[in-house]
Amino acid sequence: MASRAAAVPALRCLSRRAPALRNRMSVQSALVARRCFSTTECRPFTSASTRAFKHTTESYPDIQRDSRFSKVTEEHVKYFKEILGSGSAVLESVTNDAAQDDIEPFNGDWMKKYRGHCRLVLRPGSTEEVSKILKYCNDNMLAVVPQGGNTGLVGGSVPVFDEIVINMGRMNQVRDFDDVSGTLVVDAGVILEAADKFLSEKGYIFPLDLGAKGSCQIGGNVACNAGGLRLLRYGSLHGNVLGIEAVLPDGTIVDDLWKLRKNNTGYDLKQLFIGGEGTIGIITGISIQCPQRPKAVNVAFFGLESFEQTQQAFREAKSHLSEILSAFELMDNQAHTLVQRVTQNKRPLEGEYPFYCLVETSGSNTEHDSEKLQAFLEDVMEKGIVADGTLAENETQIQSLWAWREGIAEALGHLGGVYKYDVSIPLKEMYGLVEDTRARINEAGLLGDTEEHPVIDVVGYGHMGDSNLHLNIATRHFDKRVEKVLEPFVYEWIKERQGSISAEHGLGLAKKKYIGYSRSDTMIELMKQIKKLYDPNGIMNPYKYI
Amino acid sequence: MSALRILVPVKRVIDYAVKPRVNKAQTGVETNVKHSMNPFDELSVEESVRIREKKSAPGGVEDICVISAGPPKAQDTLRTAMAMGADRAIHVETKEGEDLEPLSVAKLLKSVVEQQKSNLVILGKQSIDDDANQTGQMLAGLLGWPQATQASKVMFEKEGDAVTVTREVDGGSETVRAKLPMVITTDLRLNEPRYASLPNIMKAKKKPLEKKKLEDFGITAERRLKIVKVTEPPPRQGGGKVDDVDGLVSKLKELGAL
Repeated sequence: MASRAAAVPALRCLSRRAPALRNRMSVQSALVARRCFSTTECRPFTSASTRAFKHTTESYPDIQRDSRFSKVTEEHVKYFKEILGSGSAVLESVTNDAAQDDIEPFNGDWMKKYRGHCRLVLRPGSTEEVSKILKYCNDNMLAVVPQGGNTGLVGGSVPVFDEIVINMGRMNQVRDFDDVSGTLVVDAGVILEAADKFLSEKGYIFPLDLGAKGSCQIGGNVACNAGGLRLLRYGSLHGNVLGIEAVLPDGTIVDDLWKLRKNNTGYDLKQLFIGGEGTIGIITGISIQCPQRPKAVNVAFFGLESFEQTQQAFREAKSHLSEILSAFELMDNQAHTLVQRVTQNKRPLEGEYPFYCLVETSGSNTEHDSEKLQAFLEDVMEKGIVADGTLAENETQIQSLWAWREGIAEALGHLGGVYKYDVSIPLKEMYGLVEDTRARINEAGLLGDTEEHPVIDVVGYGHMGDSNLHLNIATRHFDKRVEKVLEPFVYEWIKERQGSISAEHGLGLAKKKYIGYSRSDTMIELMKQIKKLYDPNGIMNPYKYI
Repeated sequence: MSALRILVPVKRVIDYAVKPRVNKAQTGVETNVKHSMNPFDELSVEESVRIREKKSAPGGVEDICVISAGPPKAQDTLRTAMAMGADRAIHVETKEGEDLEPLSVAKLLKSVVEQQKSNLVILGKQSIDDDANQTGQMLAGLLGWPQATQASKVMFEKEGDAVTVTREVDGGSETVRAKLPMVITTDLRLNEPRYASLPNIMKAKKKPLEKKKLEDFGITAERRLKIVKVTEPPPRQGGGKVDDVDGLVSKLKELGAL
């Protein structure tokens, strides 16, 4: 599945052509590109585009800067330059205003929703450097934001005010790999796709995969407990991460980088860092259990007439495919249509259906898998659960079918601003949220085909296998009226059904104030105690999380 | 004119999204990887089915027959072609590792064309594993038929049996016209192959697949060429990273570029 990657596959025969035919090659690669567009969220950061959007402080005027925090001075900068040495490890506009352009990419998120006022970016190259930085910041009351690939969706990885960004991108080495157990030890800044490529050469696979794999870093993935496309098969990071090396705000290095699957000796403190969103420390190293890479991957794509039928199809998929089922993804026709509109690709199925499902199997034996898949397909066709469908006949079709699902987030981004809700709701009622939200937006007269309507469409898609729905409201531009219709409506809807307001994206800045919809006061109080215990000065990723 | 009887040869090759690796003995590439239909052959199947669907041939399409000479697994490829819309298939079984050279394939196809009374053969311009780009031309030669290679557009005249084909050539396109029966080889801009739908995949299982042997056509898999050695292209020399502008400048100086 590594080949389901960002790179557009060029036909092998063409890449071997003589130079005289190169002009034809470019045409062809464009043609192939149309069939399989990049699945990695593209983040074309130029300072101009980053500068063009609003500061978070403007969008959220009620957030006040915590006056306990010091402002970054030339003296601070001097210290950091001393400990980090090399020029590229310290980016600052404190002493040199012109350098602000270099800092802007670290200041804003890729959705252009959150943008801070940071004037100092530190890029440590080792755990010891991280430790020195944090100790100094803690002693001098300097607030910090740990940052990985900055692909987050809730504004957790960018500053709000003038917090110092600690970007982990330079810590990008694979430390160790055990070929027998499949345990991989990496620096926090290793890019997910790079780790997966490394593993694929050894016959292993990274247990996590997501649309942003070409940019996101493993440290960030772990800090946010990212879910992604392989969770159904390989489980969450809480189970797969075997050990963590992290640095606490006072500079203490937490060396819990075990490689053991079993270790019942005391509290499992590493779990606090998984999904901790950098609020109690910075993860610098990870050891993770990686499964054997499946040799045979098959993908089928269905059109279905109702949400009821997608549930039946999921039920049947589990019973027919059991251990080889590796993904069951859902998208509605609205999402499918918008992807089509942006990519201009030919739809995989002739007719239009209200729902589409993508089913992936991964196993060790192609024939065995195909046989099971065939039986499953025949069954759902015969029972009339599935209206139409197709089966990928080759690797390229596998990639382009996946692009219809993985490319949704990117396609919506091309159309304008997107309000994203990543929620977990008991499967039965899952799609009701999309229907109710669509009706509400419609009633408010916000949805339409013309410029005066801010909303283009309300779409739902997600990981059916994990009861995880992505409710996205694609807009031409962000509009307060839309926000008022959506919130707190969406959260209340979810609370009534005992769902979670954040399934895999985390809390960050976006959902900080809504945590009460999914957690009790007692739970929140306990969380606050932990935060206070490890970060008494509150310098770690302030204004966010809890 | 009479109705078309189209013959579409297809080949099972290493999937083009898979990076081939040379085996340890350097006699060929590792074959224990995902295989699928040669992409150029997908275009041929798609084009044949479109000729039928769009009713572009004045006499209509009577038959679309796909044929593959290869190991037992080539039947999967034939089923895929039938799921895309071919009517029936012929599988000429060869032993694992027994490779046919283009001339043998062309001789085999000639004999099939005569048996099946085909009047149009649409082939991929080449297979992506051997890259020979010879079979179509040799077949046209053996049959004494006109050939239009590297087609990017195939048009039938409203009456009669003339076919106009736009060909991909260096620096542009060339339009040629010939009368049936003829041989066409396909190039990448011709069409965009469809996904086989589930109902059609099911139907394809019930379509006739005839099993044959090379001997049935009086062909032997003799080789005129011996593969001496297969090697990978030299690995790309990786680039280096510099930390900052100063590093870049000193690196450039070191290389004598400044």
